[in-house]
Amino acid sequence: MPHDLTRRDLLALTAGAAAALVPTAAPAQPTLRPIPPSREAIPAVGLGTWITFNVGNDKVARDSCTEVMRAFFAAGGTLIDSSPMYGSSQKVVGHGLNKLDSAKVFAADKVWISSAASGPAQIEASRTAWGVPRFDLLQVHNLLSWEPHLKTLFAMKALGSLRYVGITTSEGRRHAEFERVMRAHPLDFIQVTYNIIDREVEARILPLAQERGMAVIVNRPFQEGDLTRKLARHPLPAWAAEIECTSWAQVILKFIISHPAVTCAIPATTRVDHVRENMAAATGRMPDAALRARMIAHVAKL
Amino acid sequence: MSEWWTYSLSDFLLFSPRTYYRLFELYNLAIWPAQLAALAGGIAILMAWRRGGRAHGRMISGLLAGAWLWVAWAYLLEHYDTINWAASYFAIGFVLQALLLLWVGVVRDRLRLKWWRDPGSRLGLGVFVLAFAIYPLMAPLFGRPWLQAETFGVAPDPTVVATLGILVAAERKQLMLVVIPLVWCIVSGATLWTMEAPEAFVLAAIAILTLAWMGLRRSAPIP
Repeated sequence: MPHDLTRRDLLALTAGAAAALVPTAAPAQPTLRPIPPSREAIPAVGLGTWITFNVGNDKVARDSCTEVMRAFFAAGGTLIDSSPMYGSSQKVVGHGLNKLDSAKVFAADKVWISSAASGPAQIEASRTAWGVPRFDLLQVHNLLSWEPHLKTLFAMKALGSLRYVGITTSEGRRHAEFERVMRAHPLDFIQVTYNIIDREVEARILPLAQERGMAVIVNRPFQEGDLTRKLARHPLPAWAAEIECTSWAQVILKFIISHPAVTCAIPATTRVDHVRENMAAATGRMPDAALRARMIAHVAKL
Repeated sequence: MSEWWTYSLSDFLLFSPRTYYRLFELYNLAIWPAQLAALAGGIAILMAWRRGGRAHGRMISGLLAGAWLWVAWAYLLEHYDTINWAASYFAIGFVLQALLLLWVGVVRDRLRLKWWRDPGSRLGLGVFVLAFAIYPLMAPLFGRPWLQAETFGVAPDPTVVATLGILVAAERKQLMLVVIPLVWCIVSGATLWTMEAPEAFVLAAIAILTLAWMGLRRSAPIP
């Protein structure tokens, strides 16, 4: 059941559209979405770091990632998501935050370790890698040892050293167990894979998130680039102009973030032009239910 | 990790092909001129192999063990570990292989080679030459810069392939020494396959060739 919109929500949701009307050279501000438990608004497009930010100690590549982050923040983005599973990605994010205005970041990370006792140490190592005083959101990665890690995360939240608690899965794994955890625990966030092809979460997970008042982060929006590569062989349909899309990537992102349960999609990229293109998808008109159905039918035929 | 069957190879690929090959570029720049020492080591192995004699097995085993130890430390721990958290586990495998080479080849002198005497020695020499002379050419052959070349003695794949060549040419079948190189062929081959890199086929072919040869041949006593 969708929650009722408050005045604050309405202000947040219309902020992007209002900004778009201002005649200025600055990019339009992205649509904001409320995190249900707190009503705090975050932009509907974030930044993922899987593969793209794992560049090790390569100074050139690290600086390139910093430029991606700079463009992301300049376009109004805030939520960056990483994990200890992603190799050097956390340190590369930390490198960028050190060079940029880190105050803008909504720091979302994960705990990913079998040993329950090692969870706090891993979280602290992650925090040090990011160079942030605390994380905004910590998620149990792919439900690995989720019971003890959730206890740790809820304890951190109670102490004020963490703002939000979540769980993640990807590629449709362990959805039955995922659903059980969602029903049994007062999570603030869930993270799942969702795109115009992979729509399994529409049946149960997304409605349950709405019912339970949980924010939803969507990972792998482009199927790690496979989806955009496949669609790039086909011309952009005429209806794309109706929702102000100039690329398939924007079509895919607008499809995702127009689902009423979705709070934020987190595409990953190594390119500044792509991050700008992604952030632009969080602005302007969004597809309504009828157009979403047309979008699904069109892509299914390709 | 539960529901392991739902994972594909690409779920384990933590980095892009660009990052993977760029790592070799940075590694080659960082260790220069160690490549020259590795080149000298490869030539020394070929000369000892050609000449034969009482100490050739010990010398070749010692040089190979040194190469495996170098790769474990300089490449896997100091470089690959920055983009792959599994690299430290791979390094343990490389150190184990070095210790096995030292034990079997140096201490027990059980790794003696034949030079161009039978199909096994010719096949083994061919595989070694592939690793030593052809592998460094793969980067430019596949359109990458020379600086990203992978050379025997400093990069894992050509070191592993060269070792398999030597084991194929060995007078005595050394199954214990084949296990870790074959496991690496699977690990690295899967990584390259996921990155759609043509070198994956080279590793797969060498692994299959080694397995087939080990299956066909009988263990012969040292004369």
